[in-house]
Amino acid sequence: MRVGVFICHCGNNIAGTVDVKAVAEEIRKIPGVAHATTYMYTCSEPGQDEIKEAIKKYNLNRIVVAACSPRMHELTFRRTIEKAGLNKYYFEMANIREHISWVGENKEANTKKAIDVITMAVAKVMQDKPLFSSSFKINKRVLVIGGGVAGMQAALDCGDGGLEVVLVEKSPSVGGMMSRLDKTFPTIDCSICILGPKMVDVAQHEKIKLYAYSEIEDIKGYVGNYQIKIRKKATYVDWTKCTGCGACMEKCPSRNAYDYFNFGVAPTRAINIPFPQAIPKKAKIDPNYCRQFTKGKCGVCAKICPTKAINYEMQDEIVTEDVGAIIVASGYSLLDIERLPEYGGGRFPDVISGIQYERLLNASGPTAGHILRPSDNTEPKTVVFVACAGSRDKSIGVPYCSNFCCMYIAKQAILTKDHIPDSQSYVFYMDIRSPGKGYDEFTRRAQEDYGVKYIRGRVSRIYPKGKKMVVRGADTLLGTQVEVEADLVVLGTAVLSNPDAARLAEKLHISYDTFGFYVESHPKLRPVETNTSGVFLAGACQGPKDIPASVGQGSAAASKVLALFSKDMLESDPAVAKVNINKCVGCLKCVRTCPFQAIKENQLRDGRIVADVIETVCAGCGVCTSTCPCGAIQLQHFTDNQILAEVNALCQG
Amino acid sequence: MSGVDPKQELRIVGFLCNWCSYGGADTAGVSRFKQPTDLRIIRVPCSGRVDPLFVVKALINGADGVLVSGCHPRDCHYSDGNFYARRRLEMLKRLLSFLGIDNRRFHYTWISASEGARWQQTVKDFTEVIHKLGPLNIKREA
Repeated sequence: MRVGVFICHCGNNIAGTVDVKAVAEEIRKIPGVAHATTYMYTCSEPGQDEIKEAIKKYNLNRIVVAACSPRMHELTFRRTIEKAGLNKYYFEMANIREHISWVGENKEANTKKAIDVITMAVAKVMQDKPLFSSSFKINKRVLVIGGGVAGMQAALDCGDGGLEVVLVEKSPSVGGMMSRLDKTFPTIDCSICILGPKMVDVAQHEKIKLYAYSEIEDIKGYVGNYQIKIRKKATYVDWTKCTGCGACMEKCPSRNAYDYFNFGVAPTRAINIPFPQAIPKKAKIDPNYCRQFTKGKCGVCAKICPTKAINYEMQDEIVTEDVGAIIVASGYSLLDIERLPEYGGGRFPDVISGIQYERLLNASGPTAGHILRPSDNTEPKTVVFVACAGSRDKSIGVPYCSNFCCMYIAKQAILTKDHIPDSQSYVFYMDIRSPGKGYDEFTRRAQEDYGVKYIRGRVSRIYPKGKKMVVRGADTLLGTQVEVEADLVVLGTAVLSNPDAARLAEKLHISYDTFGFYVESHPKLRPVETNTSGVFLAGACQGPKDIPASVGQGSAAASKVLALFSKDMLESDPAVAKVNINKCVGCLKCVRTCPFQAIKENQLRDGRIVADVIETVCAGCGVCTSTCPCGAIQLQHFTDNQILAEVNALCQG
Repeated sequence: MSGVDPKQELRIVGFLCNWCSYGGADTAGVSRFKQPTDLRIIRVPCSGRVDPLFVVKALINGADGVLVSGCHPRDCHYSDGNFYARRRLEMLKRLLSFLGIDNRRFHYTWISASEGARWQQTVKDFTEVIHKLGPLNIKREA
C-alpha cells in the first residue's frame, strides 16, 4: 500500500493557523504513507497536476487530500485521481479548514488536530475498496412545483427544450404573487401584461401538463426515476365542462367569501374565478362559505350553469406521475399585519399591507384601480409607507432583509402620485436598499420627480385621530420625533417562507433553514441545486427575491435539468449496501428497516433465504448495516471496518 | 475557552451525518465560529449508520467523550434514518452506566446544515462537560 497525502495551504486559510510543514513531516512517519507534501492551492490546476504526477512518480495507489470540506471538493479530487488511473474511491479528504483552521484559535492545538484528522483519513483510505458505477435509464420528464413566475419560466424553458413538464400549482390559477401586482419596478411595466402571455403559453404549451389547485401528496424514488402522487383538490366544478363564463359567480348569493387572490381587500363570492386573466379560467367553490355546504341548501350555481359543470359531491383525487427531476418553485408568503399590533395591523381598516395596496392600485382589483381607503371609500390625500414592517426585526423572528420592499414602496409612492396628483406620500425607512440595475435611479426619481418625502427612522406607533391615522416615529437624521397625519398607512410587510415549506421539504428530502427557506447546495457556486440530486430550486422558496432574480433562477434550474437529461443513462453511486450471502442468516431485519424498500428477500438455489439489495434503489444511508446482527450487509465505502479504522486511528487505548 | 492549551486537550470523537450536521459544522467553519479543539469528526452518511458499538469501542479504546449528530427528526436526507438512530442511541445512553461509563460522556443531538451557531454551542457545551468529567479511566469509573 502506497498512500500519498497532499496538504493544502489554501493560501493563508489553512497555513495561517495550522503548521502545514510540521503536519506533513508527522504524516510521513505513518507506515504506508509513501509521500506527503504541501501545496499552496491543491484544488488549482497545477495543484491537481501535482497529484497526478506524484501518483506516477511515487507509484501511489491511495490518495488523501487534507484541505477544505469534502462537501466542497471531494468530487474534484476524485476526478483528478481517476484521470491518473486510480479508482476514484481510493480517495479520502481530511477537512482541516472548516473544522480546524477556521474554528480553532491555537496554532499548536490546530496542528495536532490536523495530524489526528489526517491520520484517521489515512487509516480509512487503507481500508477503501475500489467501487464501480453502473448506469441506469432516466425518465426525461420534469416536475415543477409552483406556478409563479419562477416555476412558469422553468416549465417553459424545459418545455421549449423538448422535455415533458408536469406543473403543479396549489391555487386555482398559475401566476403566483406577480399576477397580483399592478406594476413592476423599475420600469413601471404593467405586471399582468407581461405575465399574462407567459401564463397563456404555459396553458397552451404542448409539452406542459398543468395541474392547478393541486398539491404534492407524496414523492418516492430517486434522481431519474421519481413517482409523484398529486392530490387534485376538489373544486366542486367539473373543469372539463366549465367554460369560465362567470354566470355562477354573478348569481352566487354567498357574497362574503374571503378573497385569497385579493388578500381580503374585499369579499368575493363562494363560487369564483380568482381574476379575469386566470389560467385555467375555471370556477371553484369555497366550501367554507358556500351555502350548499354550510346550510345544506342553495344550488343556485348548479341551476344557472349552462354546461351543468357543478358537482357538490366531488372528492379530492390522487393521480400519479413519473418524472426524472424536480424543480421546486413554491414561492413565499407575507407576514400577517396582525403580528404588528403597534402599527394597528388588523385593528384599523386604514392600515393595510403592501400587497393589499397593490390590489387597490390594480385596474382589475376590487376598486377597479381607484385608490379608496377601506374605512370610508374616500381618496386618501396623505399616504404613509412603513418599510421594514417586520423585516430586520429579531423580535418578530425575521432578522433578514426582505429584499424587494424598498423598491415596491418607491413604486407604490410613484403610482399614488399618478393616481391622485394632489396627494403626498411619506416613506419611513431604515435604509434604502436598491442595488439592482436601474434601481437606485428609481428610488431617487420617487423623491426628486414625485416629491415623495423619505424619513429615515422607525415608526413607534400608529393610532387613529378622528378620520386620520397618526403615524408617530423618529427622524434619525434630524434627531427629532415626527408625527404624520395620514389617510392611509401601507406596511411593507416581511417576506416569510410558505407555512407548509417544511412539509414539502420533508417529502423532497431537501434541507431548509431556520426560517423555512430551502437550502441550496452551495451559496455561491451551486445556487439552484440542492443536496438531493435531481431536485433544483427556483424563486423565493430559497430566499426573498424579486422578479428578475426569480426568472433568472427559473431558467437556471431548467438548464440544470436539461443538462442532466442530455444523457440517456445516469451513473449510479456505487457506495450502496452489499450483502455477503455467506454471512447472511436471512433474518430480513434489513428489509424491514430500509427506508427505501431497496432490499428484498432472495432465495438461493439451495433454498436458503438471504437479503438482496436493489442497487439502483439503495440511497446509501447505511441504516441496514447498523441493523444487521451479523455484519452481513455492509454499506460500501462506509463499512464497519472502514469506520472503525478511523476510530482506532484516533483511540489507541 | 476550555481546551485551548493543547496539552490539556481531551479526546472527543464526533460522528456526524453528511447532509445536516457535517454541513452545520462546515457552516460554523465558514462563519469562523471559534470552538474548542478537542473534537475529531468522523463523517458518516446518516446518523442511522452509527452503530452503538462504534461509540462503545471509541470510549473503551481511549475516547473521553463521544458526540453523535444527525438531521432534525423529519428532516432526514434518508427519510427516517435518524429515527432509527434516536432509538439506538437513547438505548445506548441508558446502557452505558452498566458498562461503568458515565453516560454524560455520550451525547446525541440534531443540527441542520444552516445551524452553524448551534454547532458551535454544542461543541462548546459538550467539551465543557467532558473537561469537567476529566479523562476517562475505564478501570477507575467501573
